[in-house]
Amino acid sequence: MPERSMIEISRVTRSYGAFKALDETSLTIREGEFFSLLGPSGCGKTTLLRMIAGFDTPTSGSISVDGQPMDGIPANRRPTNMVFQSYAIFPHLNVEQNVCYGLKRLRLGADEEKRRVEEALSQVSLTGLGKRGATELSGGQRQRVALARALVMRPKVLLLDEPLSALDKKLREQMQVELRRLQQAVGITFILVTHDQYEALAMSDRIAVMFGGKIAQVASPKEIYQRPVNCQVADFLGGMNFVKAEIVEENGASMILDTPGFGRVKTDKPAAFVRNGKGATLGIRPERLRVLWDDATDKYEVAGKVVDRHYFGEITHLVIEIPGFDKPLSVTETNNFGADDIPVGAPIRLAYDPDALVALAD
Amino acid sequence: MTAPAEGIAALPVVRKQRNPVLQSEAARGLGLISPTFIYAVIFLVIPIVLVIANSFWTQNYLTIDRTFTLENYRIALTDPIYRDLLMRSLWISLLVSFFTVVLAYPIAFFISFHGGKHKGLWLFLITIPFWTSYLLRVMSWKVILGYNGVLNATLMGLGITNGPSDAFLYNTSAVVITLTHAWATFAVLPIFVSLEKIDRSLVEAATDLGDGPLRRFLRITLPLSAPGIISATLIVMIPTVGDFVTPRLVGGKDGVMIANAIQAQFGKAANWPLGAALSVTTMAVVTAMAASVVLVIRMAARRIR
Ligand SMILES: Nc1ncnc2c1ncn2[C@@H]1O[C@H](COP(=O)(O)OP(=O)(O)OP(=O)(O)O)[C@@H](O)[C@H]1O
Ligand SMILES: [Mg+2]
Repeated sequence: MPERSMIEISRVTRSYGAFKALDETSLTIREGEFFSLLGPSGCGKTTLLRMIAGFDTPTSGSISVDGQPMDGIPANRRPTNMVFQSYAIFPHLNVEQNVCYGLKRLRLGADEEKRRVEEALSQVSLTGLGKRGATELSGGQRQRVALARALVMRPKVLLLDEPLSALDKKLREQMQVELRRLQQAVGITFILVTHDQYEALAMSDRIAVMFGGKIAQVASPKEIYQRPVNCQVADFLGGMNFVKAEIVEENGASMILDTPGFGRVKTDKPAAFVRNGKGATLGIRPERLRVLWDDATDKYEVAGKVVDRHYFGEITHLVIEIPGFDKPLSVTETNNFGADDIPVGAPIRLAYDPDALVALAD
Repeated sequence: MTAPAEGIAALPVVRKQRNPVLQSEAARGLGLISPTFIYAVIFLVIPIVLVIANSFWTQNYLTIDRTFTLENYRIALTDPIYRDLLMRSLWISLLVSFFTVVLAYPIAFFISFHGGKHKGLWLFLITIPFWTSYLLRVMSWKVILGYNGVLNATLMGLGITNGPSDAFLYNTSAVVITLTHAWATFAVLPIFVSLEKIDRSLVEAATDLGDGPLRRFLRITLPLSAPGIISATLIVMIPTVGDFVTPRLVGGKDGVMIANAIQAQFGKAANWPLGAALSVTTMAVVTAMAASVVLVIRMAARRIR
């Protein structure tokens, strides 16, 4: 895949009075990439997306799409198209008329127009529903129409604002797969706004995690999940155990941390790390800890006591107190070996992979 | 064996319990609508029935002959005077509703799309002129359009005309102008409501798909506000056909409308059955015209793609 940049956002700020919905944000999105903007409610995802689409203007900073600065270019003349959260299907038009809405202006001729509408409808598996009225569609179908209506324009960038949030869980998971497949088939740059971390992890090439109008980290799903830069990102992407640690040594790109349970560990130093006294935080995901049964041993292990247990069908969630840790550790264990039968109060030993331990900026 | 028997026996018991509930609900429902219903019967159904009955009778000097006749309808439909008056009334009401909607639409559009937080205040402000009596407003149009009126003075002052003209008052256009002004506010409200109901993301979606302000207005906003345009048209058209104050005050000889003739039959001419037949004819024709206007607007809205 060519690493050409498609969208350049440089130092964009959007203020509402004294409040900054977006604060000096810079970001590069590559051509043909499935990019997600992930963050909690109110962090500025929609604001950023609407500024790319041209429905909102930055207070300062600039946005360019495909090398072209977008300042002063109205939304109707930008090479972007959007799938709205509410889908915004035109209620007075049928499916076909909705899909060919934007094509009409291009005067392609009846045949070409029809061909492109058919193509778009088949891309979203709606073939044969062209004559259906806009008000006679299910939620999933409406979403597909919105998608087809945008795709038929062959935009350079497709913007999606929480397109799946109105669907039920099963349909949402199905659409995630379809959307990802569709993006790979058409090769258009997709920018997806979501507050669902699983959605972002499952679909994206890269993710930007945002908090309070700022981007905290931009990385691939795997990297962002395994190597979060700070506690906030780590926590937002899923369960994480945070252990207070002491900094023994700090140099260039790595550091050595000391904890009562894990001992001395050498880890990468996160980019956003700011030394604040002697302490730091060490994180490990609950599924990277493993229960040691019976006499099994491991090179790296910690011992403790089960204080709580939650059953979730395929997995069990154990809460384990380790002497010397300020907080108990969470462990998720599949139920293959009877983790759901471990009694509360039992002593337990856990194995861990030192590579799974990450140093986190606070 | 006993269990199913019990089950069967239990059914009617359940039914019996539900029936009184339904009955009382129905009774309560009837009780709730009965005041409205009685009101509608007394003030709507009885007068209309009386008018229709009258239209089939004959005036015999001071008494009314109650034998069935279609003579009144023959006169109402064939006498050129009444036919012309009816045609003129329909034409005037059509013009008035057209100009009213054309005038009211931009106002409603501005308030709905650019009214910001003060939409209510704007709506309130445009109703203020309507706190004065209708007669006063008609009179002020006389002042504006009259021989020594504001319009003539302005035109002369600007050197466009040499002397005062009597062409502005006492004719059809004076009636149209006065009625349009009178009804504009009433047309603003239904149009405003239908514009408010349009999801703004639809307008954004149209923009996103490449439409500039004019195109998205024509393709999205206008067709979706068709219900408001239809109700505004009806609200204005139906009462203006039957207006008789305005033509009497500013219409002159050219501006006389069908309601003036109906009033004459119930008044000076003292021929109630003919007046009733004229009323019923007018009602029927207005209904037909209103229906066709609704159809035309609907079709126009559907044609825009
Ligand atoms: N017109 C406005 N006036 C004032 N503040 C606004 C306006 N629009 C958005 N904001 C604020 O800007 C912040 C970011 O809003 P934005 O809609 O981008 O959030 P979001 O990340 O999309 O959240 P969500 O997941 O809830 O959609 C919010 O705190 C919001 O209150
Ligand atoms: Mg949002």
